[in-house]
Formats: sequence, C-alpha cells, structure tokens
Amino acid sequence: MSRFLFPKWSNALLPLVAVVGATMPIYVLYFVAFGFSPKTLEVGYQPVQPVPFSHALHAGELGMDCRYCHNTVERADHAAIPATQTCMNCHTMIKPESPKLEPVQASYQDGLPIEWTKVHHVADYAYFSHQAHVNRGVGCVSCHGRIDQMEVVYQAEPLSMGWCLDCHRNPQPNLRPVSEITNMSWGLALGLEGEDLIKAQALYADQRAEVENLYHINPSENCSTCHR
Amino acid sequence: MTSINVDRKIQSRDTDNTQDVPGSRAPLVLNMDKFNQVTQQVCQIAEARRTPMAWYITFAIGLGLLSLLGFCIVYLIVTGVGVWGLNNPVMWAYDITNFVFWVGIGHAGTLISAILFLFRQKWRTGINRFAEAMTIFAVMCAGIFPGIHVGRVWVVYWLFPLPNQMEMWPQFRSPLLWDVFAVGTYFTVSLLFWFTGLVPDLATLRDRAKGKIQQIAYGAFSLGWRGSNRHWHRYERAYLLLAALSTPLVLSVHSVVSFDFATSQLPGWHTTIFPPYFVAGAIFSGFAMVVTLAIPAREMFGLKNLITLRHLDNMNKVILLTGCMVGYAYAMEFFIAWYSGAIYEKFAFINRAFGQYWWAYLLMVSCNVITPQLFWFKAIRTSIPIMFVLSLLVNVGMWFERFVIIVTSLANDFLPSSWDVFTPTWVDIGTFFGSFGLFLVMFMLFCRFLPMIAIAEVKAVMPEADPHFGDDHGHDDHDSEESKEVRA
Repeated sequence: MSRFLFPKWSNALLPLVAVVGATMPIYVLYFVAFGFSPKTLEVGYQPVQPVPFSHALHAGELGMDCRYCHNTVERADHAAIPATQTCMNCHTMIKPESPKLEPVQASYQDGLPIEWTKVHHVADYAYFSHQAHVNRGVGCVSCHGRIDQMEVVYQAEPLSMGWCLDCHRNPQPNLRPVSEITNMSWGLALGLEGEDLIKAQALYADQRAEVENLYHINPSENCSTCHR
Repeated sequence: MTSINVDRKIQSRDTDNTQDVPGSRAPLVLNMDKFNQVTQQVCQIAEARRTPMAWYITFAIGLGLLSLLGFCIVYLIVTGVGVWGLNNPVMWAYDITNFVFWVGIGHAGTLISAILFLFRQKWRTGINRFAEAMTIFAVMCAGIFPGIHVGRVWVVYWLFPLPNQMEMWPQFRSPLLWDVFAVGTYFTVSLLFWFTGLVPDLATLRDRAKGKIQQIAYGAFSLGWRGSNRHWHRYERAYLLLAALSTPLVLSVHSVVSFDFATSQLPGWHTTIFPPYFVAGAIFSGFAMVVTLAIPAREMFGLKNLITLRHLDNMNKVILLTGCMVGYAYAMEFFIAWYSGAIYEKFAFINRAFGQYWWAYLLMVSCNVITPQLFWFKAIRTSIPIMFVLSLLVNVGMWFERFVIIVTSLANDFLPSSWDVFTPTWVDIGTFFGSFGLFLVMFMLFCRFLPMIAIAEVKAVMPEADPHFGDDHGHDDHDSEESKEVRA
C-alpha cells in the first residue's frame, strides 16, 4: 500500500502558495482594470495615413485655424474631414509638384476622395456633438491634444466613458472663451515664471468661471444624454 | 479482515429504528459495531470496479438534460431574451423563479451541516455529506439564471463591482447587488465547509486506493492528512468555526433573495413577512429535496443501515414544521391584504387565488400546505413510497410558489391597461428541465467518486465510539505487558 503524501520539499512551497493566493486576485483585478483600460489600449493610436500630411506644419508652424479645413465643427455634430478641393485651394500654387502630394493630385484628377484613416473613434452607441461642445467653450485641445505639434495625428486622450464623465462632473478646467476655441496654447501661460505665472493662471481661472456662468454650463450625467 | 465484511442484506433492508426507548439512545447506525465496517461500506461505493446499472441510466438522463440546457442557453445567447415568453409587465418569469427555486433547495444542506451541528443533532452525520453536495450543486444551478437573464451575457461581469473605464458601478442600494454578494458568500462558505469535512474521508480513500491516478487525486485533495492528533484538533476547530460562520448564512441568503421582491413597491411583493417566509420555504423545499435524493441513493448503493428510517422520519418532521410555517405565511399574507385596507394589495391577493393563474395558486397551496400535513401520521413519515411522492410534491409546490409570487404580481399590477399574460415558450421549459440535468450529472459524479457518507463523523455515533465499548472486565485490561514492564 503506497499512499501518496506530499514530498517533504513541498512544505517550503507553502508560504509561496499563501502569498500568491492572497495577492493573485488583487493582481488580476489591477491587471484587468489598468491593462484593458482605454488609457492603455487606445491612447497613442497613430495609424499610417495615405498622405504624409503634417498638422505640425499646417496648424503649428503656419498657424492655420483648425476650422479652415474642419469647417463644420461649429455648425454640426460631426467635424468634417476636408475634401481634396480644400487642399487644392493652396496646393495648386504651393509645391504642386511635391511627391508627397501625389495622392492628393491623383484624387483631384479622378474625383475619388482620399481614404483617411479615422483616429478618434467613439462607439456607435455613444452620441457626441462637436457643435454642442465647441460653442460652449470646450476647446479642440481638450480632447484632441496638441494637434499643432503632431507630425502624424495620434489619439492623445482615452475617449472612454469615464474620461467623458470626469469633465461632465467638473467642466470648468476645460472651458475657455469661445474666441479661443482653436488656440492650442491658450491657458498654458508659456514662458512665465513665479508670480507672473500665478497671476496669469488666476486670470485664466477667472475667464473659465466667466464662461461657465455665461453659458450656464451644467453638463448632464444622464445615461440618455449620450446613449440615446 | 474478512470477518468485518458487511452483510449485504442489512444494507438493503429497512429496519425500524424510529422507536424511542427510555433510557437508551436509538441507534443511528444499524447492525454495525466496528468503525472499519463503515469505512468498508462507504469506500466500496467509490472503489467498486462496477458501477450499478441504475447509476448509468440516471447519469445518461442527466447528460441528456444537460445538453438540452446547453442548447437552450446557446440559443438564448445567439438569439436574445425574446426566445423566452417574457413580455412588458412580466419581465421576470421562469428565469427568476428557477433561481429562487434552486437557491432555496440549497438551504437544507447548510442547515443540516451548520445549525444541526451546533445543536449537537447527531443524526445529521448520516445525511450531511450529500446534503452539502446537494447545496453546492443547487447553488450552481441557481447561479446560471441571473447570469443568462441579463440579456447581454457578455457583459455579465457588470454584476460585480469591478473598476472599469466607464466609471460605472452597480447600484449599491439595490437588493439585486446584495444578492450577488449573498449568493457568492453562500457558495464559497458552503464549498469550504463541504471540502473541510471531506479531507479526512479523502485521506481514507487515498490510503485504500489501488490505482496510481486515484492515489494521486485523492492524495492531493486530502492535503497531506495523516490523522495525527494535531490534525484532528485543527480539523475540529476549523469545522466548528465554519459551522458558526455559515449559521447566519442559512437565514441571511434567502432573506436577501426575498429583498429582491420585498423592497419593491409592487403589490404582492411589497411585504415585510417575506424574509422569514422565504427562509422557511427554502428549508422546506431543501429538506424535501434531501428526502427525494436520499431514497434512491440509499436504494442504489445499499445504505439503508446508515441513512435509516429514523433519519428520514426526522427530516419529514422538519418538512412538517416548515410546511406549517409556509402555510401560516400564506394565510397571514391574505390577512394583511385585508387588514391593511390597501385596495391594490387586496386586489393582488384575490387575483392571485382567483385570477388568471388560479390553477398555479391551487397547485401551490395543495402541495405546500396540505401535503406536509400528512406527515403528522407516523405511518406516513416512515413509509418510503409515500414520503418519496410527498417530497416530490413539495418541490413542485415550492416551484409554483415562486412562480405565483413573481408572475401573478407582475402580470396584473396597478394599471389594467398594462396587464398581460405570461406563457412560457419551449426555451423557458427546456432551460428549467435542463438545469435538473446539470444537477443530476454533478450529483451522480459525486456519488460515484466521493464518499457519500461522512465516514469520520458517522463513526462518532457508533457503539465503538463509546469509551466503554467492549470493556466488560474491569479497567486494567488495556495495560499491556510491555507498558507494565516500562513502568516497573
């Protein structure tokens, strides 16, 4: 009768088993909560685009307004992707022979739109309106990040439901005068130090509060606000 | 060793041990004196080369029903909850009825293992092991229904408060969340309790095992048990602690389940009597299920000397008691409906008895109130065929009780314009019967491979456990020659 007993060395494993058993559920919980969060999975998404278009050059260096191309943003829920013709407003004159512009020229010739890859994707069941936000002082930079510094556009924010709710619960830090909507550096007080910086920040804070009062900003947290 | 082979005739014959003779304890293990006889008898079931034909037949039926359950669930998930007969006012029907039904059945196991243990009711030892197994399998069956009734099964983890990117939490003020905690705790504690009790018996099986696989499997699960004094000391402590821990659970779990209804404002649900009434009903149905399972099991595996008529008689008495409580609760509900003067409450109860579901109410009352009253008669309490039928009827009645509470209250609420009739579809019915398949398969596997009777505990109620057993010739007999020499 040879009965099975745990070998002697297995006693040494007991503390290990206890520690792993106790910490594993916590580890798994945090692994799932952080590992599968859009902060980890979505932020930094940077697809290759059909045209090597640089936002850093156009919106940053050249200082073009966002609305020159994304012209429906104040009037519609959807911010338009510009037609090829919008590009050609300038590029019939500027660098028309550039090899980088070949796909644009081709699209202009045969009338087929350029197939851009969508970067900022919100789920179908979440309703989002650009005009509702832009016309009440939520700037482009709040959701899209420093587009004016991106060679190729990437997703800067998680665009998760929790992230939306953070702002809906406390909108003031993301408000600005409507005139500064597309100004990517508004509120940063760049180059200021010490007391000047504190003064500037106080000034910005006052303006944010003013906007909140002006438009009676009181964002809804109802399910049906976004899930209609 | 051959002298302790158990007489097969005794195992398969009913002996009346229900008489109480003043001055002596009624025997709970019949015709066996030695510990080894019990070990032999119970282990033989798990060790037998040949499985009884009846086992194969039952297992096959179970597998068939289990595949029906699997099919119905897959069909539900790929199609949507529309395959059930639910409609606008009746948004809960078979799903929650089955959930409450199965959770209720689970209650007898904990009552037997915890409360009867704390009250030193020795007769529990014969039935506690498989009653606890029944609890665990019943709670598993119950767990399926809330899981699949949510509609979008792939997000069923939303039942639990887990941190997530939506910053969404379950409603902590809702009894539906308390339910998740209550049933989860119940399952965990029941499983631990069951396993703790199994350890010494698994070690027995390990020591007797012939095959390599059995040796390793039983060996690993018996956690290195060697039966030392220290092991027994710790085992007894752990068992007592777990019994104390699960005692409040017997009362709390079904109370919380009843809150699912009682905290709402629906007439017919909004009742303060619900928690105790549900607990009594749960124990009622649970004991009926233990009787239903014990009768074929003791027949199939020849355990009539361990699960005796006295055990069955005792359980029938519990069924009688809890059946009276349930009957009282039914009557009290009607009294309160009248006494409150609330017209909706009054309507809900008159509608329950005489409305469109009068037949379900009639079934419920006749099975739950009238049936257990027959157990006043000892002849019925000790008649195997009659108690088997009655125990089945009790569970039919208890299923209909939940159906009546849930469906009649929802179907006819405040506004007559929104009334409707619930008719089950084949998927509803298939899922319900399929859940019995899951239960049967698990229970049959348990019967075949694990000790069905708590060997170590049963020994404590045997004559040999008496310190004076076989000790007729004074007290110095067990001093051996060697020990005398040592002392000298």
